[in-house]
Amino acid sequence: MTAFIIRRLWQMIPTLLGVILLVFFLFNFVGGDPAYLLAGKISNKEQIENIRNQLGINQPYYVQLWIFIKQVLTGDFGVSWSTNEAVSSIIATRIGPSLTVLVPILIIETLLSVVIALGVAYVRGSLTDRSIMIGCTVAMSVSLLVYIIVGQYVLAYQLGWFPVQGWGESLGQNLFKYSILPILLGVAVGIAPNTRLYRTFILDEINQDYVRTARAKGLSDNSVMLKHVLRNALIPIITNLMIYLPGLLIGHFLIERFFSIPGIGREVILAVERSDFPVIKAITIYVAIATMFTNLLADLLYKAVDPRVQLQ
Amino acid sequence: MTTSTLHASTHRSSPGLWTLAWRRLIGDRVAVISMTVVAAFLLLTLASGLGLVAANWNDEVAIGYARPAFLGQSEKNKAPDAAANPQAKPTELYPGTVKDPLAAEMAELRAALDGKVGAGATASTTAVLASLGMDDIKVVDPLEKELAEILANTQVVVEAARVDTLFFGADKWGHDIIKKVIKGSETSIMVGLAAALVATLIGTLFGAISGYYGGWLDDFFNWFYSIFTAIPYLLLILAIAAVLNQKGVMTIVLILGLTGWTGIYRLVRAEYMKHRTREYVQAADAIGASNFRRMFVHIFPNISHVSLVQLSVHAVGFIKSEVILSFLGFGVPVDKVSWGSMLGEAQNELILGYWWQLAAATIAMAILVTAFSMLTDALRDALDPKIK
Repeated sequence: MTAFIIRRLWQMIPTLLGVILLVFFLFNFVGGDPAYLLAGKISNKEQIENIRNQLGINQPYYVQLWIFIKQVLTGDFGVSWSTNEAVSSIIATRIGPSLTVLVPILIIETLLSVVIALGVAYVRGSLTDRSIMIGCTVAMSVSLLVYIIVGQYVLAYQLGWFPVQGWGESLGQNLFKYSILPILLGVAVGIAPNTRLYRTFILDEINQDYVRTARAKGLSDNSVMLKHVLRNALIPIITNLMIYLPGLLIGHFLIERFFSIPGIGREVILAVERSDFPVIKAITIYVAIATMFTNLLADLLYKAVDPRVQLQ
Repeated sequence: MTTSTLHASTHRSSPGLWTLAWRRLIGDRVAVISMTVVAAFLLLTLASGLGLVAANWNDEVAIGYARPAFLGQSEKNKAPDAAANPQAKPTELYPGTVKDPLAAEMAELRAALDGKVGAGATASTTAVLASLGMDDIKVVDPLEKELAEILANTQVVVEAARVDTLFFGADKWGHDIIKKVIKGSETSIMVGLAAALVATLIGTLFGAISGYYGGWLDDFFNWFYSIFTAIPYLLLILAIAAVLNQKGVMTIVLILGLTGWTGIYRLVRAEYMKHRTREYVQAADAIGASNFRRMFVHIFPNISHVSLVQLSVHAVGFIKSEVILSFLGFGVPVDKVSWGSMLGEAQNELILGYWWQLAAATIAMAILVTAFSMLTDALRDALDPKIK
């Protein structure tokens, strides 16, 4: 186990180096000299020259790369080109709102879709099953933009059940006032694809021999479904959930944008609109590191859930 | 007689994978319906790309926010006092006639000059003029041709007065929604298909090399894969969009294609790993086929169904991604219309109560994506070698 973790951590180094190289290539080679971008934003020539010096634009590429690697290692990406706020403080303050919205979405969405998937898998092939599956396919075809646009318009503008947008100071106010509609819409968007996916996971298990054996023993339907089928189907479900986890850190781009939630997702969109490179660079690197760690965590969890899994 | 004809004369050749798959596909009612719908959309895209339909989508044929015909005219439009009606404003601001702003001065100048030549003409001047081949002095407007052209162009607008209602309604500028949807479908479908093609090509090529050769090449491409999968997809796309900082159909195709190959790579690599040790590949090796030939002439036909299904899956995904990117303003340029840009406009219109552009773009997209997803599922089933 320890050997496994150490080896995996060791393997992260080349990947992280690759991510650094990719981001460096994008922002220093493809992006080129930031002076022309900054000229429109900062009138002070000295300040632009300062930023160019910080990035080492006038120096050879290996020096620029070293500067960038040092930034990654020290976590100091300087200040935003647009707001002069320190990049580290931007990330630290935006992550809370993102989590406030996304964690409930993930929990509710998963619980609901597992329950629905269990239900339809139980009556597989029936009219209910088929109509729910067709419904899911159609629901997935409607752009998630439409759910958010219409949901916000009908539930907030027209009916006034929820605030149209906004964000407060305290967690309670945010969670129970401003986040309810975003959470609802997030769940509505995610439930169809998840139900479909989880249904196939459960169907894969339902056709196994051990299920027939369990039925032959005379176990009740509930017992077969919940104790045998669900437990085994949970393995791919958990894997699927782990894929979503790094997404928690960047938040839900669209929902945060529509509801003006000051999270990381909205920050990324703003940064792209303003060509605020330090912010995008920092978020990309941090999220990549977080993704690598969640992947490791996923493998460990996998082992915990399924003793048959051999870590190697 | 060659060996192959000999072979054919003794055995009835069994149908190949593609023939079987096609038969299965044709036998599936859902597949046939969804195939027809997708084909219809593709034809529409082609026709629109060639300029056969909706070429004039940019014409402002109706008043701003003209209502769909089945709703009838809005109460406000029926009101006689047009000045109080904000929707009529565009037609009033731009009455559709072009006047030469210098017309009055021109007429004055003409009258003065003509008069001079006519009244004060002495015999000598007339003789001089005659010797020059000029009987009379005429004032020529140097921009006459341009003016005529402009007038002719605007004449169309003047003739086709803006209508109050259109079958599917109109947007803010009075563009016909149905034409806009067709044009938007063209952009979205083209982007989706082109990006899926790019992604499938890259994924298949990388997967083939990695799976076939193994060793350090495999390690290299796996490293490459791990980099691209370490960064969440949408974040990577946005980062590239930020760096490129230019909008264009080509840009968005490249962004989606260059980031979306990872899944295909994984699947194709696994297939190549499975196939490279098979006997038919060893046989090809024995008769001296080169590595390239073995990879793409011998193995590829046997795994091409994986690439085809992935192409279909990714086309649907990229159409959805394009819509989101264009909506956020990082997608197609402003002079192009796509489903995403339509949804972007519709978001503001909805608050004013004009829902038809939203509905039109949503329905068009939902129909195509549903049909395309169902076709993909049917294709996957039809090509599954396990089902006979």
